[in-house]
Amino acid sequence: MTQDVVLPLSILTLLIPLLSFLINIFFGKKLGKISGVIGTSILGIDLGLAIIVAFTKLTSYAGIQVIQNRIEWFDLGSLQVNIGIGIDNIAAIMLIVVTLISFLVHLFSTVYMGDDRQYSKFFAYLGLFTFSMLGIVIANNFLIMYIFWELVGISSYLLIGFWYEKDSASNAGKKAFITNRIGDLGFFIGIMILFFTYGSFMFEDVFAGISSGVMPFDNPTMLTIAGICIFMGAIGKSAQFPLHVWLPDAMEGPTPVSALIHAATMVAAGVYLVAKVFAMFTADALTFIAVIGTITAFISATIALTQVDFKKVLAYSTVSQLGFMIMSLGVGGYTNGFFHLVTHAWFKAALFLAAGSVIHAMHQAMHHMHDHHTDPQDINNMGGLRKTMPWTYRTFLFVTLALSGIPLTSGFLSKDGILAGTLAYANLTGGWHWIIPVLGFTAAGMTAFYMFRLTIVAFHGEPKTEIAKHTKENKLPIVLPLVVLAFMSLWIFYSPNPIDASKGWFHKMIVQPKSAVPDAYQWSFLINNKTEEAAPAVHQAEGATHTAEITAENPHEVTKAGHTTGHYLNKFQEETHHFHYIAMILSLLIAGSGILLAFLIYQYKTISADKLEARFKFLHTFSYNKWYFDELYQATAINGLLVISKALSWFDNYVVDGLVNLSSYVTRGFGYIVGLFDNYVIDGAVNLVANFTGYCGNKMRKLQTGHIQSYVVFVLLGILILLYFFI
Amino acid sequence: MEIGLTHYLVISAILFSLGLYGIITRKHAIMVLMGLELVLNAANINFIAFARYGGMNIEGHIAAIFVIILAAAEAAIALAIVLNIYQNFRHVNIDEVDDLKG
Amino acid sequence: MLGTMNFPILTWITFLPILGILIILLVPSGKDEKGQELSKKIIRWVAVGITFVQLILALVIYLNYNPALAGVNNLKTFQFVEKMSWITATLPMVGNINIEYFMGIDGISVPMILLTAIICFVAVFPSFGIKKAVKGYFAMYLMLDLAMMGVFCALDFFLFYLFWELMLLPMYFLIGVWGGPRKEYAAIKFFIYTLVGSVFMLLVMIGLYHSTGSFNIIEMMNAANFRGDSIFGGLNTTIRYVAFMGLFIGFAIKVPLFPFHTWLPDAHVEAPTPISVILAGVLLKMGAYGMIRIAFPIFPDAFGYFQTLIAWLGMVSIVYGALCALGQHKVGKRDFKKLIAYSSVSHMGLVILGLASMRPEGTVGAIFQMFNHGIITAMLFMIVGVIYDRAHTRGLDDFGGLAKKMPIYTGIMAVAFFAAIGLPGMSGFISEVLVFLGAFKSYPVLTIISGLSIILGAAYMLWALQKIFFGVLPEKWQGPWDPTRLIYKTDDVNGLEMVALIPLAFILIFLGVYPNPILNLMTGSVNQFIEIMKPFVYIGGL
Repeated sequence: MTQDVVLPLSILTLLIPLLSFLINIFFGKKLGKISGVIGTSILGIDLGLAIIVAFTKLTSYAGIQVIQNRIEWFDLGSLQVNIGIGIDNIAAIMLIVVTLISFLVHLFSTVYMGDDRQYSKFFAYLGLFTFSMLGIVIANNFLIMYIFWELVGISSYLLIGFWYEKDSASNAGKKAFITNRIGDLGFFIGIMILFFTYGSFMFEDVFAGISSGVMPFDNPTMLTIAGICIFMGAIGKSAQFPLHVWLPDAMEGPTPVSALIHAATMVAAGVYLVAKVFAMFTADALTFIAVIGTITAFISATIALTQVDFKKVLAYSTVSQLGFMIMSLGVGGYTNGFFHLVTHAWFKAALFLAAGSVIHAMHQAMHHMHDHHTDPQDINNMGGLRKTMPWTYRTFLFVTLALSGIPLTSGFLSKDGILAGTLAYANLTGGWHWIIPVLGFTAAGMTAFYMFRLTIVAFHGEPKTEIAKHTKENKLPIVLPLVVLAFMSLWIFYSPNPIDASKGWFHKMIVQPKSAVPDAYQWSFLINNKTEEAAPAVHQAEGATHTAEITAENPHEVTKAGHTTGHYLNKFQEETHHFHYIAMILSLLIAGSGILLAFLIYQYKTISADKLEARFKFLHTFSYNKWYFDELYQATAINGLLVISKALSWFDNYVVDGLVNLSSYVTRGFGYIVGLFDNYVIDGAVNLVANFTGYCGNKMRKLQTGHIQSYVVFVLLGILILLYFFI
Repeated sequence: MEIGLTHYLVISAILFSLGLYGIITRKHAIMVLMGLELVLNAANINFIAFARYGGMNIEGHIAAIFVIILAAAEAAIALAIVLNIYQNFRHVNIDEVDDLKG
Repeated sequence: MLGTMNFPILTWITFLPILGILIILLVPSGKDEKGQELSKKIIRWVAVGITFVQLILALVIYLNYNPALAGVNNLKTFQFVEKMSWITATLPMVGNINIEYFMGIDGISVPMILLTAIICFVAVFPSFGIKKAVKGYFAMYLMLDLAMMGVFCALDFFLFYLFWELMLLPMYFLIGVWGGPRKEYAAIKFFIYTLVGSVFMLLVMIGLYHSTGSFNIIEMMNAANFRGDSIFGGLNTTIRYVAFMGLFIGFAIKVPLFPFHTWLPDAHVEAPTPISVILAGVLLKMGAYGMIRIAFPIFPDAFGYFQTLIAWLGMVSIVYGALCALGQHKVGKRDFKKLIAYSSVSHMGLVILGLASMRPEGTVGAIFQMFNHGIITAMLFMIVGVIYDRAHTRGLDDFGGLAKKMPIYTGIMAVAFFAAIGLPGMSGFISEVLVFLGAFKSYPVLTIISGLSIILGAAYMLWALQKIFFGVLPEKWQGPWDPTRLIYKTDDVNGLEMVALIPLAFILIFLGVYPNPILNLMTGSVNQFIEIMKPFVYIGGL
């Protein structure tokens, strides 16, 4: 397959889910149950296309950094806006991740949503969401990225608020969208700064501009700020502290939705964005990113410890894992961060679908027993599901191991890499940066603990309620996706060596891009070594086919060469490699103790959970109430805004409009006074003249006697007087 | 003593005054009209006198004749008015005909 | 090319409604009830016919318009020009009066003409619900149509002013007679407010006439045409600043810009649905159009002097309008129409911010935003009209769960709402992005603050969406709207309403994906406009 075919194919991959949306939204009512089949098969085709595109890119053209195009969207004379799509290695991998998970979720939903009144609409929204997400993946410029970013926001809004008759659902949708928009505003400001400075939305133009030393507002700090603004988008979408509050609420959506958007795709978009524009972050921006990621990972891990809602635990674990990815990218562990994104996508989707499977079974059982009050998602209502739902249990256990970072799973590979990276980072930078690995390891330990707590409470032991006793294993369309996803969480897919991924194909394909930031504003350990730096230049000069041979067909040779000569891409990678075994041992110890603790407390009851709870009452409440973030935001931001807007509305009604009305009153009052003046003074004068005249006339008329003879006398007298005067 | 312009004028003045006196003092409408005739004739005498002595020549005569004609016409209209007054008021006492009084 | 032909298309498109008014006035009212119904029917369809022909004419103009010719201050590049002497007189004291019948269009007016034609056409359909004095209503409606079209075509200041004032009269009656409970108050407020603006405009117009000896707007744009000793002669004089401010306030009232906006919520709340549609869809655009066509290019020096103030006003309008929409309450009842009215204040503030940036992308964005806002708010008001006709209330708190009862309606509504919050794929997004990109170059801080409207807009729109469509349907709306099934055969939107709404939704989405048909129209003119302004204004950035 030639290079030219890749882009049209990826556009096709992008558009096919939109077709599913259109078909289901316009003809869904008539199609009925068929709409699910249509949606699923369309996604199946899409998955096929995505695999073709990804394999073509990763095998034949792995050496080419990105296959892309550039078309003019509109032209304002002085300003051309170019857009385009591009497939690089991370996009290729993401294509598979998105389409495969979307396909499995479609499949899962055909059964899970089977009884829903809005069955076809659900598939329409899923199609729209997949379309939007794929748009983010194949964007090669900020504008397209932002456009699909927003579309993802709106489709997640639709999906979260799918059961719109429930207030909690529509509130959650609204909350998700608005919280995301806060991040989006930052993202957009970042885009504006970059567009303002470099006059283009294209990633390559922006990076080229940065490496040529042009700074926004001629100030390197502004580049950091631009980076942080762009990262704001990721904070919103990837539910990072302090905008993480929407994700747990978003669990109000149907469970397949949670699996699709809140585990594997939408929340991954933020991480993907950071990876995509990794080259533009300065050292300060990266530090900021790392700190945010660490805080998120830690805080949400502590919250997940005490939650009782099955999905809420998973939600906070997602937030925590996203924190890990962001942290990894922040410390410079580009490859491992993205690696964790991919591995996490599989096992977290599996976890959520398993949760869906459990909830579905609980629902069925409730339905069977005519119980409509029990909370089917509360883990304290479950227990003993291991026996009733064996397949769900097996897959769930396996992916829990993956999430906890136990060897032979993909999660181990990626998490271990991340933790090694944080150690390397702390060692290279020193000082307070050691907090990052410390919190990172703590969070990893807590992850193992709460995941096993969940597993033990929900699946082990005796059934806690009648409902749990009556649950049954679900049908194949529900179980199959679980098995596939669990299978994908094996180490073998990424690296032949179960304890070290760095020799696997993944680490060969996903190479940290050369930072565009001038050396002065970048960590010295992230600046690529000279020899390696020369290589990409040669690649470009010699053309595509040659590089493809080197990197794809003979990866081992290159690797070997790299290792034997002790050449790493940069100092950071070298340091990471040094810390690899230390990190592995540490993380295994910590995860092991977390699991052990979970077993001691919940399985063997050696340690009483209640006593612990009573002992650390304050901490427990604090964690159970999610650190009171919602309450805090409600009290400050939301209420503050509402108060301001009410006050302004009042101001508008009574002051601004009052002034208008006042001016009308004043004018009318003035008019009244003028009216009085007119009535009495001006008109009075007129009347005075008239009255005087009338008075005179009245007096004079007495002269008019009506006697002709007296008139004659007057005439005579008059003549005599005149005579007297004139003669 | 030669009779000259002055004499005529004196006669005419006396006649005019008598006529005026009649107009002013008489209560009967006809008598008033008669006073009016005297006034007109006083004017005629003046015209003729001027025609004879004052150099008005033929114009004076013409004017006199004009006045006579006018007087005839006036008498006709005035008598008609008097007749109408009589019909409305059943008398011709102009003292009592004062409907136009202010 | 039609432009080179001698068919006076602008006269036709402007004065066509007169024909309609004549026909409507000649239609007999009918003796019995049946006859009256027939007469009403004829009147309505005459209005449909006239506005439809107008729409066709607008499309003909659009198709024959040559975007390569810029216009703005160059008479030669105006198109479809009609120019003849109209009133010439020599008056004592005043001197020669020379008023021309001068019409012509460029890239700034074409989108507005299209918008006017579209909005006037679709707003006829909601007008079918008017029961009272149908004949008078449609006669007024067409007169309004005429005046608006005239404003966008006129190039003679006197003519412009004439149409501007002519528009007031029918609007006054349309609100005052066919409006809601406080219609008299709203109508008077609207009338007087606008008239205050007109007074300023009139004074400046006379001053300009004395300075240039002509009412020709294009000649006024050239400083060489001002006599040196006249009041507006020279540049950067105080009197020019005052005159500019007078014009600006006159137009800002119409936009409406904070703090001249308070007539808008009242007028919207009281006006009948189709009139709200026209008010928001077209009338508000006349203010911003007046700025681009008259105030800014005639007084570029004064604009430069006040530029930052104008940008500030734009920013305040954006944020203030959004906050008021979010917190809007009028003792007890949250009115849906009021919410949209305040959102209009916010969106029109964006137009002003874009204009104040004096950047090509900002200005193109502003004009495009005018067009989009026209379409979007027209849709929103019609949507309110749909439920108001059925439920006889617009209180946001009176509804809930309508999504179940009216699924198609909900879909259309969602499109309009998402367009209003600037969702990509809808035309509103493009104009918003262009305005922000342009404004950021000149006023980065103001733009960032204005960006808050992205969040606030989402907040109040989604809140309204949730209030009306989500949740559980209240008890009282459980049954059908019209149990007799005489007026409303189904509970969802009916065919007539769809005819009005679907084309608008289509335009929104089409332009959102492919904005070039409108952007190309104005690019040349806007660049020319920027050229005129450039020597006088602040343009930040690189």
